[in-house]
Amino acid sequence: MRTLLRLATAGSVDDGKSTLVGRLLYDSKSVLADQFDAVERVSRDRGLASADLALLTDGLRSEREQGITIDVAYRYFATAERSFILADCPGHVQYTRNTVTGASTADVVVLLVDVRHGIQEQTRRHLAVASLLRVPHVVVVVNKIDLVDFDEATYTRVSDEVLASARSLGLYDVATIPVSALAGDNVVERSDRTPWYDGPSLLTFLEQLSPAGSPHSEPLRLPVQLVIRPQQAAGDEFRDYRGYAGQITSGLVRVGDAVTVQPSGRSSTVTGIDFAGASLDEAFAPQSVTLRLADDIDISRGDLIVTSRSVPAVTQDIDGTIAWLADHTLVPGTKVLLKHGTKTVQAMVKAIGGKLDLEDARLLPAESLGLNDIGHVTLRLATPIPAEEYLHSRDTGAFLLIDGQDGGTLAAGMVGDALLDTVAEVGSAATPA
Amino acid sequence: MTLTDERRLTQLQWLESEAIHIIREVAAEFERPVLLFSGGKDSVVMLHLATKAFWPAPVPFPVMHVDTGHNFPEVLAFRDATVERLGLRLEVASVQDYIDDGRLRERSDGTRNQLQTQPLLDGITDNKFDAVFGGGRRDEEKARAKERVFSLRDEFGQWDPRNQRPELWNLYNGRHRPGEHVRVFPLSNWTELDVWQYIAAEDIALPELYYAHQREVFERDGMLISVSDVSQPREGETVEKRQVRYRTVGDASCTGAVESDATTVEAVIAEVAGTRLTERGATRADDRASEAAMEDRKKEGYF
Ligand SMILES: Nc1nc2c(ncn2[C@@H]2O[C@H](COP(=O)(O)OP(=O)(O)OP(=O)(O)O)[C@@H](O)[C@H]2O)c(=O)[nH]1
Ligand SMILES: [Mg+2]
Repeated sequence: MRTLLRLATAGSVDDGKSTLVGRLLYDSKSVLADQFDAVERVSRDRGLASADLALLTDGLRSEREQGITIDVAYRYFATAERSFILADCPGHVQYTRNTVTGASTADVVVLLVDVRHGIQEQTRRHLAVASLLRVPHVVVVVNKIDLVDFDEATYTRVSDEVLASARSLGLYDVATIPVSALAGDNVVERSDRTPWYDGPSLLTFLEQLSPAGSPHSEPLRLPVQLVIRPQQAAGDEFRDYRGYAGQITSGLVRVGDAVTVQPSGRSSTVTGIDFAGASLDEAFAPQSVTLRLADDIDISRGDLIVTSRSVPAVTQDIDGTIAWLADHTLVPGTKVLLKHGTKTVQAMVKAIGGKLDLEDARLLPAESLGLNDIGHVTLRLATPIPAEEYLHSRDTGAFLLIDGQDGGTLAAGMVGDALLDTVAEVGSAATPA
Repeated sequence: MTLTDERRLTQLQWLESEAIHIIREVAAEFERPVLLFSGGKDSVVMLHLATKAFWPAPVPFPVMHVDTGHNFPEVLAFRDATVERLGLRLEVASVQDYIDDGRLRERSDGTRNQLQTQPLLDGITDNKFDAVFGGGRRDEEKARAKERVFSLRDEFGQWDPRNQRPELWNLYNGRHRPGEHVRVFPLSNWTELDVWQYIAAEDIALPELYYAHQREVFERDGMLISVSDVSQPREGETVEKRQVRYRTVGDASCTGAVESDATTVEAVIAEVAGTRLTERGATRADDRASEAAMEDRKKEGYF
């Protein structure tokens, strides 16, 4: 069966992300004739000798005017091995929030570095974002290798530099590939202009990546989206029907399983798993299903149904790491809304415990967080939630901070401080005694 | 096969599950959602997903059709039969009414896809709809490729592509100020091929014109236009009977048919898998107007 892989690009502005995505689509024959004609026409109008493949994803008027990517473009393609959802993200610091958007659902981040310039502040920031979000895989594309005459020594110097930076942010399993996105070397086919490189092309690498972990061995978590109670509306047969609808975020549930509902802590037994008229014996992540339970306990939207064998504790106090995505500054004492699973609660920022210094990968003391800062916060919630460490659960460990007034999304939050701990550890280990 | 392999969703199941999650989020978090339903294949699939999302309860929101007045009769009949079968309330926002009372003027080329924006926005405001499900897919067009699943519209219905909300994980944020609304696209990650494979897998009924049939057509702007009340051949355009089908359904006066022998869903899947043209490129004259035609329309509040 063909598996699905979600990929996001990252890296500093102009390092060639959109060109690479365009090349990947074009060389894998995934660009349809009218799309290519349109790109060729626009390229010709601008006096370019050949089609600018970045235009396959840079589709907004202002992106084309400025020659940069502003927001994520999603493209779809498939090979015999795999289906891909490509999110081409912007490199510009001003649009970091869009890159965080693209990376949050990715199985793999493809981080580009211009071989002539090496690592930039945005390269570090995106590495930090990938590490913070626990994106399962990161691959570094050392791009524009054509501009240094396919020189191995230059490639090695840059790739070593990026790998060192990745390690300082807790990313150890990182591959690097020498590429010319413009000319296509090592994108779909291996290039004979880099005989010293014996790894796979980028596409082969992506096709061979182990698919995102199958979280069925993890304990059951199902955030309740809504309670389905047709009453009179679906005829006599369903008059007393009561089901709890939601998408399983991790684990497996079977009829007969003992479950507990958080935050109330009440327990019951699963008597039915329904999906659109079909009764299932079992269901697993990420299926959307409806559960029926033996007891008429009080359950509503926002509750979390979990296996009784592993019940997350509820808490009103959260230590977390956030990527602050709003233009204004966050200071202690700010009131926000926190969305966790299907629950939204009031929250107060009690303290800011420091922010990540990208240059040296260190935790610096901080009294406030500004746009694009990654930092540590302590939150007090009005209502307890069953929060788990993001390190162990990318679903029940994630939260949003939302502006209660205009509804804007302020921050991506992760329960716990694994990244900042890593940084502190690596940092102190690197300091000579 | 190991156990974990068996417990892996197929691509279609994954897309279905994601869409149902999105639809349920909207039903739970908004006061007055509505689903845009034209009888076209994407809206049919979206409505099918909604019936699955709430089973055994009925779909808990009405549907709305922005009627250009330039319809394919079989699509309108299909729309009405579907609404009737599912016991839904149908709101119709009629472009013809706007033209009749002078709020809109007929365009010089006589086509009406562009004229849908105002009736759509008024229909949203008048009914106080705060969430509007659209069947748009990111693979359709380059401006659509940029849009969030939950896409905020200001009080004028405008989309600001330069300033979209971050959208993180599957934690959708539908908060908005009074007067604003949110467009929601449950099929964002579906391709045309996914839609057809799903139609086959679920045995979903569609208007007959999606399958190959004999039809009187003439060629205009490189497209095959059906002869009808709203689309008569001009001088020099000759009418022929050809074996065609439709890949999209819109204003009948400017939506092109494609030549096809695909009379079954399996044959359509094979055809779509081998196509060299995008569905809009092959069938929509209005999208060819300019490079950024779709983006400009979307900024004003179009679907
Ligand atoms: N010589 C050479 N030029 C390249 C290569 N890849 C990209 N470029 C050029 O670098 C410039 C920037 O490329 P883009 O693909 O737009 O860069 P980007 O990383 O998507 O930029 P943002 O999205 O705005 O951050 C363009 O002029 C490309 O043609 C390459 O491998 N070799
Ligand atoms: Mg770009």
